[in-house]
Amino acid sequence: MLPRELKADQFSSYPSEAKALAVENLAVLRELPLSFIPSLLREVIEFDYKFPAERNALERELANLSHLSSTERSDLMQGFSSITVSARLEHFDWVNFPAQFVEQLSAHLWTTHQLDTFRLAANAYADCLHAAVPAQAPPIPRLGITVVGASVDSYREPLFRKLRPHGAYFSDVVPENGLEALLAAVAERAKVHARPYAHWYIDGGESVAHSPSLTTVSYAALDPVRAALLRKMHAEIEKPGMGPEALRTTMAQLRPVDLGLGAPGNDVLDRFQVKLLTEGSGTQIFSTSFTQWAAREALRRAEPTTLLVRFAPRQRQKPMNELLSPDAGSAELDPVGSLIDADMGAYYNWLNQQRLPGAEVSAFLAWFEEHNSAVVIGPTVPRGTVSNKSTDMKQLLSWIV
Amino acid sequence: MRPFDQISHAISRSRREFLRDAAGVTLGSTLLRSPLARAAAVSKNRKVVVITFGGGARDQVTFAPEGQGDVPNMMRNLIPRATFFTQVVNHGILGHYVATASLATGAYETINNFAGLPPENPTVFEYYRKELKRPSSDAWVVAPSNGFNHIGESSHRSFGPGLGARVILPKHLLTAAMGSGPANYEHLLRDNYETPYYTPELSGGEVELEQLENLLKLSVVDFKAHARTLSSPDELSVYIAKQLMRQVAPSLLWITMHDIDIAHAGTYSLYVEGIRRTDQLCAEVWKAIESEPEYSGKTTLLILPDFGRDSDEDAGGNGFQHHRTGDPLSRTTWLIAMGPGIREGVVHDRPVDSLDLVPTIGSMMGFSASLSKGRPITEIV
Repeated sequence: MLPRELKADQFSSYPSEAKALAVENLAVLRELPLSFIPSLLREVIEFDYKFPAERNALERELANLSHLSSTERSDLMQGFSSITVSARLEHFDWVNFPAQFVEQLSAHLWTTHQLDTFRLAANAYADCLHAAVPAQAPPIPRLGITVVGASVDSYREPLFRKLRPHGAYFSDVVPENGLEALLAAVAERAKVHARPYAHWYIDGGESVAHSPSLTTVSYAALDPVRAALLRKMHAEIEKPGMGPEALRTTMAQLRPVDLGLGAPGNDVLDRFQVKLLTEGSGTQIFSTSFTQWAAREALRRAEPTTLLVRFAPRQRQKPMNELLSPDAGSAELDPVGSLIDADMGAYYNWLNQQRLPGAEVSAFLAWFEEHNSAVVIGPTVPRGTVSNKSTDMKQLLSWIV
Repeated sequence: MRPFDQISHAISRSRREFLRDAAGVTLGSTLLRSPLARAAAVSKNRKVVVITFGGGARDQVTFAPEGQGDVPNMMRNLIPRATFFTQVVNHGILGHYVATASLATGAYETINNFAGLPPENPTVFEYYRKELKRPSSDAWVVAPSNGFNHIGESSHRSFGPGLGARVILPKHLLTAAMGSGPANYEHLLRDNYETPYYTPELSGGEVELEQLENLLKLSVVDFKAHARTLSSPDELSVYIAKQLMRQVAPSLLWITMHDIDIAHAGTYSLYVEGIRRTDQLCAEVWKAIESEPEYSGKTTLLILPDFGRDSDEDAGGNGFQHHRTGDPLSRTTWLIAMGPGIREGVVHDRPVDSLDLVPTIGSMMGFSASLSKGRPITEIV
């Protein structure tokens, strides 16, 4: 089926708000090329479970497309229109399974050497969209905090090498009550600037005591969910003919209730957490991978004003089959390897934060937990500088917040 | 220059500047062609060993300044004795099996990366064996995972069955050797990191356990005992490759490394550990080439990644973890060529295509890769 043949009743299986959004924009959806529209519908179909920032961005994108003339829309979509889509993809039920279509389209683009053309089209579209619908800056400058190195007694290699050129490195931070100070600062921001899903705390282990006003994700709290997921993966892989693509499709269709989540009123965060485990790579087995991916997705999707991320030790590497076994016993930990993972993770957290609106005034702090090293980045912090003077966490925060 | 070309060029230029400082190499464009290279171009006794430095390695942990500590063996021992190409671009599909198949055929394969199918275009092994009438014992592949069991022989109707390379899958051999005995070898049996549950059925021409003793002069007991001393699948592969070189001495040997692909699990420390191990194993293979009488003085070693990994700057990816964006960093890699007739300590930054590998080997060994889409790399043939 081609987009021009779209009808309102084809969205009947969409959740209520998603259906309304699709029907409301049916006229413009009909004019979009097949290489583009499933990517948009993949977002629309999830509308009921999206964070406020995502809902707002999607509504603004659709409004922008609707306000364009046919000629302007055609020009905007020119790159996508030049993509050749196979007959098999045309016959795919891309209205009801847009994510699966996008996955198959991706394979088609690689196979037919059209990926570069698609990349150019996607980048050009994103540029035009950002120009027409500027992203909205947060009400206060964004603050990102990443804490690394839990359970590491000593580490002699230099840390935060990738972050240091962008801010100031402090080598004599008083570690006592450091985490408490950070959590207090985050809680204060959440109290003064309360908004849904605006202030987050992600912990790679068990979360420590924190303000209930924070949106919290913890790897340890998801242990039963991970175990349920691994059991399902094992059961699926035992089925005849099950390959990696079929497994991925099955995992993508899992709902919170399938994995023991699904408390009333918690749909959005539950869906988010399930996606971290079903769509992330390595998130099911390594807490450092989970933590980095959770931070990346929180920033990309919820665009939080405040994000505190604390990495915890992951399990030591073992054979994949053993790592993925739902019956695996208690795991031996690898604190130093986890510190190296988290050091890179801190850099990625900052990079992902800087991709959001208001980057020029945002602030970032990374700290080696219970140790003396920290780096701070902010609009008033001199870049590439080093301070050996004794300081504490409150003072560090006062310079960037 | 298109944007992609500009970025690829910038990547290669940074490698070149770094190598010039760190390893004392010379820019290749300033040199005249070597008469020695011409004399050694085609030799009946010439052997070629290819190592694919996989799966997928980024500049930051190889030849960019910040990666120098992660490839000390290549920096200190190999690069000064090699010609180095800074800009090898893979324009094909960035999946490990299909990309390795493309490297081995000199044509961009479009087979399903996870379907366990043979390449559609003739492989370098088939060209070599058919044209030079070489026996099956003269072309071998040592590959990391079960998914590579068809890499030695294509489905092309003019080549195909009976003309390909013999394939050893060390992990498969070890699994068979373990039988139902105590399992102390699981750390060597990690398979596909991108889709860890994917363990395809074997149905290719791979070497079976019972052939271990005949071919490699290696008893199952000794094999198991030595395997216990190793720490990764690639170490097992190199162990088998060295045994193969000693006992069978194939003229065309292809070793595919894969430890680095642990990056898909998102753990940076394990990714870097994989790079360091692969660096060490490459040096071990060169040492074996120099010390084995059948190889010493007549063997060309070619080392190249199958492709790179996504850059940190591409918001569509997640940095080092994957190779899904198709951005320039994930497509642009490098090539080390060393051996008799190849200039030492020289760096070339002109673009080379991944497909150029097969016709280059053809020129070195004296066969034509007639259906390959690449061109011989003139600086080393």
